[in-house]
Amino acid sequence: MLERSPKPVVEKPTLHESAALHVTGTATYIDDLPEPRGTLHLAPGLTRIAHGRLVSMDLSAVRAAPGVITVLTAADIPGQNDTSPIGAHDEPLFVTDSITSEGQILFVVAAETRAQARAAVRRAVVETETLDPILDIDTAREARAPCAVPGRTMTRGDAEAAIAAAPRRLSGRIVMGGQEHFYLEGQAALALPGEGPEMIVWSSTQHPTETQAMVAHLLDVPANTITASVRRMGGGFGGKETQANQTACLAALVAHHTRRPARLRLDRDDDMVMTGKRHDFAIDYTVGFDDDGKIHGVDMLLACRCGWSADLSGPVIDRALTHADNAYFYPAVRLRSLPLRTNTVSNTAFRGFGVPQGALAAERVIEEIAFATGLDPNTVRLRNVYENGQLTPYHMTVEDSITAAILTDLARRCGYDTRKAALRASNAKAAEEGRVLRRGIAMTPVKFGISFTATHYNQAGALVHVYTDGSVQINHGGTEMGQGLHTKMMQVAARVFGLPQSDIRLTATTTDKVPNTSATAASSGADLNGMAVLDAATKIRDRIRDFAAERYNADPGTIRFHNSEIHMETGQGTLVESFAAVVRQAYLARVSLSSSGFYKTPEISWDPATGRGHPFYYFAYGAACAEIVIDTLTGEYRIDRVDILHDAGLSLNPEIDRGQIEGGFVQGAGWLTMEELVWDKKGALRTHAPSTYKIPTAFDMPRVFNVALLEDVPNRKATIFRSKAVGEPPFALAACVLFALSDAVASLDDHRTCPRLDAPATPETVLACIERLRAGKSATGHGTKIEVPATDADPVRDPVG
Amino acid sequence: MTNAIRFWLGNAPCTVTGPEAAMSLLDWLRLNRARTGTKEGCNEGDCGACTILAVRLDADGETLVWKALNACIQYVYMLDNTQIFTIEDLAGGYPAGNAAAPALHPMQTAMIDHGGSQCGFCTPGFIMAMTAAATDPATGGPDALSGNLCRCTGYAPILRALEEATPATKAWADTLGTTIRDRLRALDRTTPLHIDAGATRIDIPRTADQLAELCASHPDATLLAGATDIGIWINKGGRTLPHVILTTTATDLNTIREDDVGLTIGAAATWEQALPALTRLLPAAEPTLRRLGGRQVRAAGTVCGNIANGSPIGDGPPILIAANATLTLRHGNSRRTLPLEDYFIDYGKQDRRPGEFVEAVHVPHQPESLFRTWKISKRHDQDISAILCACRLTVTDGLITDARIAFGGMAATSKRAPRAEAALTGTPFDATALARAQDAITQDYAPISDFRASAAYRLTVARNLMTRLHHAHLGQEESVHA
Ligand SMILES: Cc1cc2nc3c(=O)[nH]c(=O)nc-3n(C[C@H](O)[C@H](O)[C@H](O)COP(=O)(O)OP(=O)(O)OC[C@H]3O[C@@H](n4cnc5c(N)ncnc54)[C@H](O)[C@@H]3O)c2cc1C
Ligand code: FES
Ligand code: FES
Repeated sequence: MLERSPKPVVEKPTLHESAALHVTGTATYIDDLPEPRGTLHLAPGLTRIAHGRLVSMDLSAVRAAPGVITVLTAADIPGQNDTSPIGAHDEPLFVTDSITSEGQILFVVAAETRAQARAAVRRAVVETETLDPILDIDTAREARAPCAVPGRTMTRGDAEAAIAAAPRRLSGRIVMGGQEHFYLEGQAALALPGEGPEMIVWSSTQHPTETQAMVAHLLDVPANTITASVRRMGGGFGGKETQANQTACLAALVAHHTRRPARLRLDRDDDMVMTGKRHDFAIDYTVGFDDDGKIHGVDMLLACRCGWSADLSGPVIDRALTHADNAYFYPAVRLRSLPLRTNTVSNTAFRGFGVPQGALAAERVIEEIAFATGLDPNTVRLRNVYENGQLTPYHMTVEDSITAAILTDLARRCGYDTRKAALRASNAKAAEEGRVLRRGIAMTPVKFGISFTATHYNQAGALVHVYTDGSVQINHGGTEMGQGLHTKMMQVAARVFGLPQSDIRLTATTTDKVPNTSATAASSGADLNGMAVLDAATKIRDRIRDFAAERYNADPGTIRFHNSEIHMETGQGTLVESFAAVVRQAYLARVSLSSSGFYKTPEISWDPATGRGHPFYYFAYGAACAEIVIDTLTGEYRIDRVDILHDAGLSLNPEIDRGQIEGGFVQGAGWLTMEELVWDKKGALRTHAPSTYKIPTAFDMPRVFNVALLEDVPNRKATIFRSKAVGEPPFALAACVLFALSDAVASLDDHRTCPRLDAPATPETVLACIERLRAGKSATGHGTKIEVPATDADPVRDPVG
Repeated sequence: MTNAIRFWLGNAPCTVTGPEAAMSLLDWLRLNRARTGTKEGCNEGDCGACTILAVRLDADGETLVWKALNACIQYVYMLDNTQIFTIEDLAGGYPAGNAAAPALHPMQTAMIDHGGSQCGFCTPGFIMAMTAAATDPATGGPDALSGNLCRCTGYAPILRALEEATPATKAWADTLGTTIRDRLRALDRTTPLHIDAGATRIDIPRTADQLAELCASHPDATLLAGATDIGIWINKGGRTLPHVILTTTATDLNTIREDDVGLTIGAAATWEQALPALTRLLPAAEPTLRRLGGRQVRAAGTVCGNIANGSPIGDGPPILIAANATLTLRHGNSRRTLPLEDYFIDYGKQDRRPGEFVEAVHVPHQPESLFRTWKISKRHDQDISAILCACRLTVTDGLITDARIAFGGMAATSKRAPRAEAALTGTPFDATALARAQDAITQDYAPISDFRASAAYRLTVARNLMTRLHHAHLGQEESVHA
């Protein structure tokens, strides 16, 4: 079924280009940059209520604090007080009147040291008037709160009629929590004023072009005066696609007013309180199906918490809609979105960008059908996966579906059927013997659409220079956040020129080298920028080739760039010259050795108004199987084993791709299990630090973790060396962890009831689900919601001495 | 110059005094020494990005103790008599200029080879923690990494690197022994220090007697041990402590004594130091004790600090209460000893009088009994307990003759469960006794809801842990963490 390529086209795996710098502590991040003379340090003053009005703000004590140079507010902005990335004008940098979330910025302090700036912030006297906040999805729906962006409907066929006509139907709801990015390097920026309006902003950003534009709007100067630059981030995961802008803008504003360099690195707790997170969703579904487990029609309403501004909520929810089918064909379908505005942080991009949420609902529907029909969930999956030629809910024809093959292959590799039978037997025996542990297993696929839905984002630029000593410098519009993008780009250039990677130098992503770039997001970094680098490098190589053909009287068709040499067939036989020597000659002959490159993704189109089009160039596929064990007394669990089979096309770098798969999976498993965001009744985030918000540690890794790349299956589309994007898809693979937990819970009533386990499945949520099933109650599918009283006493944060 | 902190940073001897001495080690390294390889990920001891390696001379003047510490919650005044290494000290071989030494440390090479870094921000902290772990034969695997967060890799390559480079790292540490020992021996370890660090006064006693005198004459001063609790008040609470008295520099309090009465843990002893002796006395508690903080926190935090802190969610108190521990408080030259449970009066209120300090905690030899401790939290490693349960049942001739049950996270203090204990005492541990104990537990406690768990979950789990205790009694205990 899978079209295998005859020969592996994969490069010899190379390690991360910065690995030696990482391990020696010499890789520099924004806060490590040497400090220019006179640098000021900033700290923001934040709102502490979730909803209300700013009555007055007395900053005289702040200004008088030791070391304080200036304190700035909205009144000090020369341009626009607006950081909305989509032009919605609903995201002021500073609060002026209405307060719509905790963690909004009231003012910024600039002082000689960071400690002074932070100490000064505490002296502000802020008077506010409090209004009732709307904090979560349920309350927002009840209050009929306005949407953050317009909701959308995607339909194909008559879902209602198909469901009504189906032999069987059922409805339910799945609730899933949000997620803090917890990039290890917090938000940080350093702004250096230059001549006149010029300014350089080093920012830990996934989107330097947007940072540049935001700063320009803020200062009311043209974009050509602002340069935004980033060499690497200490993690991004979507959390620095738009959320880096505030920090950069504050630094720029201070630099503008003081004419001194200004640096801001957010304190971790401030960072977590201020910046947006993954959207949490409550998805209501109705499905019509038959006794064979075949889906006839699906109707879903995807409600999510957007927070106080639109930010990227629109495209995130669109992606949740376009992936609410995950890998399954819905013969008739209606998908509606309800993007709710709430008085919480403005939720934003996070690895997967809505896909994990939409796909999780699809998997719940499959699970429900399996319980209703008594079929194995995998059987239900295989009966509903896309066949090529079928249409998605957004009317795009699926042409590259390999889900069935991957599921079957993985099931065979990991012994799904036999292990499942063994687990069932061991659970039965445990029940008989009154023991408390139960085991569960589940397998889930992912089909992930690659391309930005905002079609114009699907373009990229690159700039390549060959110097006269034969060394090569490349630059492109993508940013490095650990995903290995720069390494892959160096591999592309190395391959074109036949040079070792060590001869390629990659420089910081900078808006004055490659302008008008897209965010490094949507897993598209390597796809887009790789083609742009290829374009630029190929142009130079072709010039060198043409020059060599002429100079050495060689047949251009025979010229090969290989091993730092240029091999050519001439009248006198084979001639081999070093790359550097030919380059030097080309320079003397006045051949241009520098070129820009450009790429735009072909074939794609998207009409947001109708929810139809061909938004994705191709799909990336994968499947994972998890086996877990739960303690029915406490709800605690452990992941015993995970097997993954993932499609990276002809991987550009299998080592790096494997790292993305493993890391993405563990991050996804964290989202679905222990990572819980809790706001108290007043709207204060109570999990605003790693002491209270727990991401997985080494202990939480699956005890056995087998990761395989699908081998020798090239991308059917002409992507960079036929590879596939790999940044986000593996995140969604972690769904199998939730369903394995659910499988174990279900054993308590002999798999008669779908447990409807919601996420995050903390031990508490798992135990509540167990108790529900034990009580024989039909599950209602609502996660446990902890009501947390608002109180200042937090035994950990304010220990008693 | 006596009134200064003296230590070694890599190959550089350092003498620090004045306001600089009150800086966090992390800020001092990054801002004053431009050692930016040590990263800040949280500034509260929870992520490990700031991990550094600290070597100290044990009381015997011979043994070197290697520790990974979180630089963000260490303050320069805590470093007297310490050899510090940061990531910058690993590459290039050691001592510097040793041409035979490889350019990269074995742990660094292994991290490169296994693809252990993606964004690289956590990497220096991991490498320092892994290097410390390699010097300790008792640690390895995930436990060695329990204080370090990585958001990118999913940890598999890091664990592989740790395993591969451990032997070479051990050898690396051994070759440094003599140099470090000589350096530390040459530093003065007997003169008490008094440092005026601007807004903070710091007293560094060297003996228990000196500490007692300082406490008695400055009852308002803050006693500071490992600073794993206090560091959070300073870094996150923005608190300035006007007067700090260190306890851990009183070398005669840095004691773990095992004798025929039991175990005595002095005020200066850390969790890591106490762990082997506690494990000998309370073998069943070991898995729980290993989940108290991560490696870095256990290397700095003291047992007595955990008690003195009086937090209702501290892991030490319920375990030690179940083990019938007592506490010695000292004022000047007078001492009093009380059952540990009596020390906790109410939320934020302990039975410590002005000028007193906790000198030691004593754990008696345990009777033949069923001893169990369980920690329930969202995450296994380095998480604060939602519930901590510790039980000791003495069973004689089929009857429970003594029951000690203490919970953390269920009340305003670590507290015993008198009704559940009564329900179990004097009966065989059968189904009826279990049912009575379960009901009693729900009357013993009225827990609150917070972001760690709801009140309902806490009560249900408390009940269910009685079942687990019963299973343990029957020899049928099961756990997902086994
Ligand atoms: C990341 C992290 C994770 C943690 N995880 C856990 C956990 O899982 N379980 C847990 O129980 N705790 C945990 N803690 C809390 C802390 O580590 C422990 O409570 C530790 O044992 C405190 O000891 P210390 O020496 O650091 O105390 P310090 O912070 O130095 O002092 C704590 C308090 O005790 C007082 N004090 C110290 N010594 C004395 C003395 N001799 N006499 C009188 N008063 C004294 C101090 O004045 C202060 O009020 C964690 C902390 C961090 C930062
Ligand atoms: S910075 Fe996170 S532990 Fe120190
Ligand atoms: S490599 Fe990025 S956090 Fe570990």
